[in-house]
Order: sequence, then structure tokens, then C-alpha cells
Amino acid sequence: MDRVPILKIGPVLLVSIQVDMQDQVALQLQEDLGERIVATGAKGVIIDITGLDIVDSFVGRTLSTIASISRVLDAETIVVGMRPAVAITLVELGLSLNGIRTALNVERGMELLSRSTEPDSPDEFDLDLDDLSETTSP
Amino acid sequence: MTTVVGAAQLQAIVSDEDVVRVRQLVRTAAVTAKLSLVDQTKVVTAASELARNTLVYGGGGQAEVSTVDNGARRGVRVVFSDDGPGIADVELALTDGYTSGGGLGLGLSGARRLVEEFELNTEVGTGTTIAITKWAR
Repeated sequence: MDRVPILKIGPVLLVSIQVDMQDQVALQLQEDLGERIVATGAKGVIIDITGLDIVDSFVGRTLSTIASISRVLDAETIVVGMRPAVAITLVELGLSLNGIRTALNVERGMELLSRSTEPDSPDEFDLDLDDLSETTSP
Repeated sequence: MTTVVGAAQLQAIVSDEDVVRVRQLVRTAAVTAKLSLVDQTKVVTAASELARNTLVYGGGGQAEVSTVDNGARRGVRVVFSDDGPGIADVELALTDGYTSGGGLGLGLSGARRLVEEFELNTEVGTGTTIAITKWAR
């Protein structure tokens, strides 16, 4: 079975779906992402669906589930690269991608994520591991 | 009168992979029938929903994909059939949000919205046949 690769770029996990996914592949991605978020402490997930020529209710539901799982694990999901024909079809199908943020492309998605994670870490330098061990060790 | 152009393609639906194959066959037929990109996307999406239903609810079956011509326009016709349990309440099954499984309940109702022609024949204990047609504009 194919697996969708998950790349780590800084605090973000990038998933680019390039294959016509079987349902099992989509479910596997859901599991893999959860594990990678926990393993890497990623704060954001970008799912690039430029390569998908359709999004049916199963894939749509999987994307929503991934977003929910990520949120529980303290990471935000942004779906990018949806083709216009796919967007039109999704709406007519009656699928609302609940809880999913979208952006036009990977670049905009990255911008969105860095903006939404910035206010959380204004004291980034104070939260260095070194500082932490100094204040907790004595 | 609607006539079939070329040979109809038969695809068994017994696994996830077959759902992908049905999508690819429908895409090819839609391109042949010169459907617009949006219409191709709609009919492939509808076929994906119905192929999955055939697999999950019908216990497997088959899809017959053909390019059709009604004299004025070309289109794609896909007939899904299974020997599964059938649908007891068609009205209910076609309601947005209703599902007898774990899905979103958009498969049947959504697929119907995405195509021009949608014929459903079902008999409890015998099986279900759904024929859809999407015409080029």
C-alpha cells in the first residue's frame, strides 16, 4: 500500500498528496500524522491537495478528522492548493470542511501558521532549554 | 435516443483499489465525451461516492462505464450494480445527512446533485442498481 510522505519543515509538518488515494491510504495518513505531531511537537500541519483531482465525502471527512486530531494535539491544520473545480464540486456535494482552515498555496499557508503561532511565543528566548534547566536545577 | 459510443468498460468493485479504478475509467470517459473540467470533476466525484457505496453497503459489485450520445450531446453514463441487501427506504437513503453506516450521509444525495440523470432501482434482498449520466454542455 502507498503511504503519503510527511515532511518536517521547522515547526511545521508538510503533507503533499500526489496520488489518487485509496481509502486505506487516507486512514493511514490520519494515523501517521498524529504520531508525527507528537514525535516532533509540530505546531502546524499543512496539507497540500494540489495533486488531488477530486475530493469526495470520504477524503473530505478524513481531512476534517485530521484537523480535529491535530487540534487536540495542539497543532493547527491548513489545507492548501484546492483546485477550483474541486471547490465547486465540494460545495455542490454538500460537504463543509468543518474546522478546516484553507489557504491558496503552501506559501500562504506557512504565513498563516507563523502569524497564528507568533503571539503564543513572544518570549521565545526565555524559553530556551538552557534557561529552563538553570531555573529548575538548583 | 441515447446510444453508446464505443465499448462500455466493466470494472468489478471488490476493494478500495477498484474504487480508484472506477474513478480513472470515468475520468477517461468524461474526457472522451468532452465534458468541461468542472463537469468531469463532478461526475468523477459522484462515481467515487457510488462506487464506495457499492463496496461498503452492497458488499461489492460492478460498474459499467460508457460514453453516450443522444444526438445533440455526448455524455458519460455509469451503471453501478450489486447483489447486496438493497435499500429498504429509498426516500430516507436519499436524505442529506442520513447514513446507515459510519459515513457523512452525503454519498447518495450528493452524487444525485452532481449529475443530470440519476435512476435508482433497488429491491430488498436482491440488490441495487444506480445509473447516472452527466452530459457535456
